Amino acid sequence: MTRREFLRAVGTFIVVAAALRWKTVVALAMKPRQAYPPLPSEVRRGIPGKKFVMVIDLAKCDGCRKCTQACQAMHFTPAPREWIKVYQMQDSPTAAPYWFPKPCFQCDNPPCTKVCPVDATFKRQDGIVLVDNERCIGCRFCMAACPYTARFFNWGNPSHTSEELATPYSPEYGFPRRMGTVEKCDFCPHLAREGKLPPCASVCPMGAIYFGDQNEDAVTNGQGETLRLSELLLDRAGYRYLEDLGTQPRVYYLPPKNRRYPAPPKVLEVSHAT
Amino acid sequence: MQPEQSADAAAEELLRSVRQTSRKGRLWIGSLVAVCSFGLFAYAIQLIHGLEVTAMREYVSWGLYIATFIFFIGISHAGTLISAILRVTHAEWRRPITRMAEAITVIALLVGAPMVIVDMGRPDRLLYVIRYGRLQSPILWDVLSIATYLTGSLLYLYVALIPDLARMRDQCTAIAGWRKRLYRILAIRWHDTPAQRAHLEKALGAMAVIIIPVAVSVHTVVSWVFGMTLRPGWHSTIFGPYFVVGAIFSGTAAIITAMAVFRRVYHLERYIALQQFRNLGSLLLTLSLLYMYFTLSEYLTSWYSAESIDVKLLKNLFDLHRYGFDFWVMAMLGLFIPTILLILPKTRTIIGITTASVLVNLGMWLKRYLIVVPTLQTPFLPVQGVPSSWIRYFPTWIEWSIVAGALAMFLLLFTLFSKLFPIVSIWETLEDTSDVPTT
Repeated sequence: MTRREFLRAVGTFIVVAAALRWKTVVALAMKPRQAYPPLPSEVRRGIPGKKFVMVIDLAKCDGCRKCTQACQAMHFTPAPREWIKVYQMQDSPTAAPYWFPKPCFQCDNPPCTKVCPVDATFKRQDGIVLVDNERCIGCRFCMAACPYTARFFNWGNPSHTSEELATPYSPEYGFPRRMGTVEKCDFCPHLAREGKLPPCASVCPMGAIYFGDQNEDAVTNGQGETLRLSELLLDRAGYRYLEDLGTQPRVYYLPPKNRRYPAPPKVLEVSHAT
Repeated sequence: MQPEQSADAAAEELLRSVRQTSRKGRLWIGSLVAVCSFGLFAYAIQLIHGLEVTAMREYVSWGLYIATFIFFIGISHAGTLISAILRVTHAEWRRPITRMAEAITVIALLVGAPMVIVDMGRPDRLLYVIRYGRLQSPILWDVLSIATYLTGSLLYLYVALIPDLARMRDQCTAIAGWRKRLYRILAIRWHDTPAQRAHLEKALGAMAVIIIPVAVSVHTVVSWVFGMTLRPGWHSTIFGPYFVVGAIFSGTAAIITAMAVFRRVYHLERYIALQQFRNLGSLLLTLSLLYMYFTLSEYLTSWYSAESIDVKLLKNLFDLHRYGFDFWVMAMLGLFIPTILLILPKTRTIIGITTASVLVNLGMWLKRYLIVVPTLQTPFLPVQGVPSSWIRYFPTWIEWSIVAGALAMFLLLFTLFSKLFPIVSIWETLEDTSDVPTT
């Protein structure tokens, strides 16, 4: 075969292949620049000017666990893994029982990112702590370091839905998941970029979960109620769980005073709340 | 050495184990290779299916592998540290045991450090630790410290081996060609000239001093992997010294065990005698008492002040239905009984001291397990609505097989080392200037 013949053969092959696959070629050429996933540098920096914060009103939470289900559906989280988990709490045998939804606290002094040997889990300017499963080496030091059991591990090969696999990976939503890597609640920054609430907040039928921006001093719940963060925390005596540990969580709780639902049954195991 | 024996005859005797391997020896090596292979097979399964094949889950996210890692790194302290301290203090009785002590260090590090890789979810990303390494993470401190210690101990072992390598180059003629070449290259033209001797002594003296702080740093930073967290039972200021004492403790026990085995198998009764056992036995006794003291300080303070999360941990650790039984087995077999064996004049025999050492090694392994697992089962938040497998932990056959394989690998490397190189330092033993009879 001469050089000319070879080139002709290759050219013909390309033309024929392109003709057979013309749909793909056209789709590739017409494809708009995807907003998601954001560039890796944007993912690590965070959304400029924001300081995300969550407020959970324990007086409203009736333990229906819709937040957990919505979160699992959005992140394709396999049960029984719960990025936001609703605990049944009672601080002492004489204290009142209450429901306690617990996401990742996105601590401002995160014990998890401190210990990560490869910067796979990191703190962003907008206050969010994320995990990059393309970087994680699976040493699980962050899991041992987190006092809130907020982190989970893909021990085996995770099963994927086709919808999950069709999405390009981003640490901003954490899927498709990979074997041997850590994952956790991420405050859904990919939805925040669109000005949307995380599903846990938007589906809560009681409007117990408020999400917002500390810089704007505003938080909103799923029922569209927007409140001043500073006033809310002041009026309702907002507190952070295990403040003594010095982790500076970005999740605030409003004490379960004047509950709007029947109290949960008493718990056998007394929790270690402050 | 006994005076009637000439230096050449002694050297010949010490080289015997290098020259030939008995049938029993080959059988031993063969069975070790079999156990190692089974461990590798188990690891292959783990590589394919992920850490799912272990019993580790969300709460107990570290288990047998990490406990074994701490155990081996602890054993590694034996060697170089003790050999270095004894060299620095000119303890003449050290001479026949320095080589095996130094070999324990290198081999325990070679087997122990990879236990962390076995524990990794993504061993394929191992080099990320170098590529993206963050010095803020205690894991990086471990990597740097253990790498330095391994390099230092290898050099220290090698430099002290050079005169013996030259002896083998010159005297072992009836051996395989590759071994002749190995000895010739490794002996780096050693001809035992006074100038070479002076260099060697100087180098060993300097290295002995340098290696001591490095060894202390190793187990300190290993403890800090736990001490730097906010978890009950780990977040303890005494963890650094507690681990260092524990490491020297288990390391000394490992040397004594190795001494007893090699003495018997290679018939070294003339060189390794009651004196070595008694002296190391006294050291072991001191360390045992120190370790009891640290253990008491650790648990008594948290029990007395009774912070709620500490009380929860202590309940898990001391409840006989949970880890209480294991804890008291550790305390009795690993601390009290060895201490009594080492105190009573009647049991201060080679058999008594060796028994104490074996018990200490078992007890210290169990102690490391009790450091890692119960804390992970003591979260701040209540354990609710999760499968019991998330919070319970008992290693699977895969984990046991890999750990058994690692132990077999340790014994195998130690055996092979003693087949390639004299396990008693010939030149140092011949140089013995003490008048005290060793038998």
